[in-house]
Amino acid sequence: MITLTDQPFEPGAVLTAFCAGRAETGAVASFTGLARAEQGQAAALELEAYPGFTDAAIQAFAETARARFRLQDYRIVHRIGRIGPGEAIVFVATAAGHRREAFEACDFLMDWLKSRAPFWKKEHGPGGARWIEPTDRDRTDASRWDQE
Amino acid sequence: MVRVLLFGRLADQAGWRERRLEAVSLGQLRALLADEDPDLAEALAGPGVQVAVDQAIVRGDPALTGPCEVAFLPPMSGG
Repeated sequence: MITLTDQPFEPGAVLTAFCAGRAETGAVASFTGLARAEQGQAAALELEAYPGFTDAAIQAFAETARARFRLQDYRIVHRIGRIGPGEAIVFVATAAGHRREAFEACDFLMDWLKSRAPFWKKEHGPGGARWIEPTDRDRTDASRWDQE
Repeated sequence: MVRVLLFGRLADQAGWRERRLEAVSLGQLRALLADEDPDLAEALAGPGVQVAVDQAIVRGDPALTGPCEVAFLPPMSGG
């Protein structure tokens, strides 16, 4: 399941709900991304999505992850709108029969979400606001999976 | 009627995010926008800007038939 929300969310509660009732799962891996303050340089982040288009793109990619890593299930929550330092921006959980698939699928989904997902990100700091593009590190991380 | 959507830096540059215009093709829509804001039209045709018609990425100069939604998408930043 995929949720885009403009409200703060509690990652622990999402993970607890995702783990409930899984007698045959064996492994759940999760990742939570938090907004960094960057020593005061980032007073807030603002994330813009294209409703419908962004959800559909994430869903399509998550289904490739499901097939590639034989996932039983996944849960993705992504914030949109204005996000303050320390707040959770993104949560990904993956469920598989064994840990390796769960870890790798979580990593794979995060690399894509950080570099290629259809969001537009603006950083508000002391000197005003600026639009952010993916870093070289984000692109390199995402391209690791292309050759395999 | 075409519902035109701008995202990210394109919306900031234009000073609007959404409006409705009459156009029968993407090329005609670009020309209408260029008449009133040539700098914006140039940005909309700039490198890395993708266009989606009814939420599907298109290339070239497709016809716009009936009510539809045209979105101009600057390079995506990831989340």
